[in-house]
Amino acid sequence: MTYRPIFRHPIAAAVLLVPTLAVLTAFLYFPAIQSVVLSTYRSNLLLGTRAFVGLENFRAIFFGPQAPAFWQASIQTILFALLVTGPGVAVSMVLATLAARPITGGRFYRIMLIWPFALSPAIAGTIFLFMFNPEVGVVNQVLSALFGIKPRWLDDPALAFVVAVSAAIWKNLGYNIVFYLAALQNVPPSLSEAAEIDGAGGIARFFRITVPMLSPTTFFLVFTNLAYSFFNVFGLIDILTAGGPVGGGIANRTGVTTTLIVKVFRDGFGGSSNMGLAAAQGVVLMTIAVLVTVGQFRLGGRSVHYEGA
Amino acid sequence: MRHRKDPVWVHVVLSLAVVVIAAPVLFALIKATQSRADVLSPSLVPGTAFLENLRIVWRDQHLGRYIANSLWIATMVTVGKTILSILAAMVLVYFRIRFKGMLFAFVLFTLLMPTEVLIVGLFDMVSLSPPDSVGEFLSWLLNPRRVFLEPIPFGFGWTNTYRSVVVPFTASATGVFLFRQHFLSIPRDLGDAARIDGAGPGNFLFRVLVPMSANTIGALAVIQFVYVWDQYLWPRVIIRDDARQVVQVGLNLIIGVGEGVYWGQVMAGALVSIVPPLVVFIALQEQFMRGFALTSDK
Repeated sequence: MTYRPIFRHPIAAAVLLVPTLAVLTAFLYFPAIQSVVLSTYRSNLLLGTRAFVGLENFRAIFFGPQAPAFWQASIQTILFALLVTGPGVAVSMVLATLAARPITGGRFYRIMLIWPFALSPAIAGTIFLFMFNPEVGVVNQVLSALFGIKPRWLDDPALAFVVAVSAAIWKNLGYNIVFYLAALQNVPPSLSEAAEIDGAGGIARFFRITVPMLSPTTFFLVFTNLAYSFFNVFGLIDILTAGGPVGGGIANRTGVTTTLIVKVFRDGFGGSSNMGLAAAQGVVLMTIAVLVTVGQFRLGGRSVHYEGA
Repeated sequence: MRHRKDPVWVHVVLSLAVVVIAAPVLFALIKATQSRADVLSPSLVPGTAFLENLRIVWRDQHLGRYIANSLWIATMVTVGKTILSILAAMVLVYFRIRFKGMLFAFVLFTLLMPTEVLIVGLFDMVSLSPPDSVGEFLSWLLNPRRVFLEPIPFGFGWTNTYRSVVVPFTASATGVFLFRQHFLSIPRDLGDAARIDGAGPGNFLFRVLVPMSANTIGALAVIQFVYVWDQYLWPRVIIRDDARQVVQVGLNLIIGVGEGVYWGQVMAGALVSIVPPLVVFIALQEQFMRGFALTSDK
């Protein structure tokens, strides 16, 4: 269907559209260009010095002295994103599907599942920091009473990674479930009922009907969850582990919860104030973001089930 | 509707999920009510020190200040984004302009540029001192080599201002996208009727589009308010004056204050800072669910 425009005031159109275009140009496009420019400079935040160095920053992170820490952070970023997105989205889909059923207390369940929508990464980090405190946290108080053990959750690399992933999943459950519940309102119950009459069991109905019907939402949520674990999770990590603790073996070049966004922050605004190096890593992160989005839309176009149009 | 008995296992799974999801906040709530000695003990019996904890964290540790800052910032951004997005989407749907597809693509493409990755480029531009004269600015702007290939020599000079965390966020690809989708689903007869009536863009906007967009406005307001309220990295970088800091970074400052951490107060603070987005979410929940359900699969 085409919609015939009804107004022909070029000046009015410009006045209404330009604010959006101006803000996007000045605060998104231009900084993106500046990030690329700065990645070719040696630039110190505190000293204010700037010198053109070509691709030196990229050489340093890919092959030079910064390479081991950079690669470690990259692998950790990918692992973190996959562990947060996969289980987080899957669990949310199951819970939303169950809570959307016409059961006694359904409304109560739905409210109790979506309130974490209001949680922020920083608050999730703060609460988990206390819960997993080795001495006064509730987790170790329970464990030491029951089994006499007190793991140092946030000092042990493997445990710290697991705690950070768990906190990140917990924080995003409400968000995921809200979108699934909204989508489930649009799934006609007749479909499921027809399948039931045909003798399809609950599990078959879930995989044959619910999962395909929810695929546009899943597609959207996988994308937003990946973006969340790449970027927004910074506040959670900054408060919970500040990027630490440094791992053992091959993971000994930087903290195990230092994802790329944490590394960009610490290299650029932390001790060394090396903005050029931070910019180079930011450009890599930006490239990953673009690739993930493009890949998502390519993949999504084929496998997503759209109802009607 | 209820034509069969609820399976027990559904209740078991849902109850378990509800408990697990609520547990961290319940724990925080109990600890927020305990006195300083009890907080460190394994006791999970609610105490009576909540108001005392809250008073200390609110006044002595400036939580009240941080929350006021965040409320102001989140409100400004939410209102600004809603207005700019509705206007831009209106142009993209109802105005006859050239390069419409390209302009929409230009807006949509910014979805690939989260502010977090741009902090390095954004920082200089927002923090450096403004140019001394218009002439200096123009000579920079008209020299493509300096604009595209060199680090910017001056900026807005907005360090430590609310503007630094408001203005960059007043435009929104998500907002334009949602409103555009919604406008496209409004029956075209309405637009035709408006044209026959000779209504101008202003009349059409306020008489037709805004009243018909309550759900989309509500959905967008919830998303944007929560998004801005949760902002952490950019304020942490650009705002160095603690009195202007936002609540999320403020929590980190509260944890970091003094020798030992006063967990009871920190938990009281964390819980209070969940309240504003929760209120916005509950108030606009219906619009949110409807506004989003309408557009999500179109």
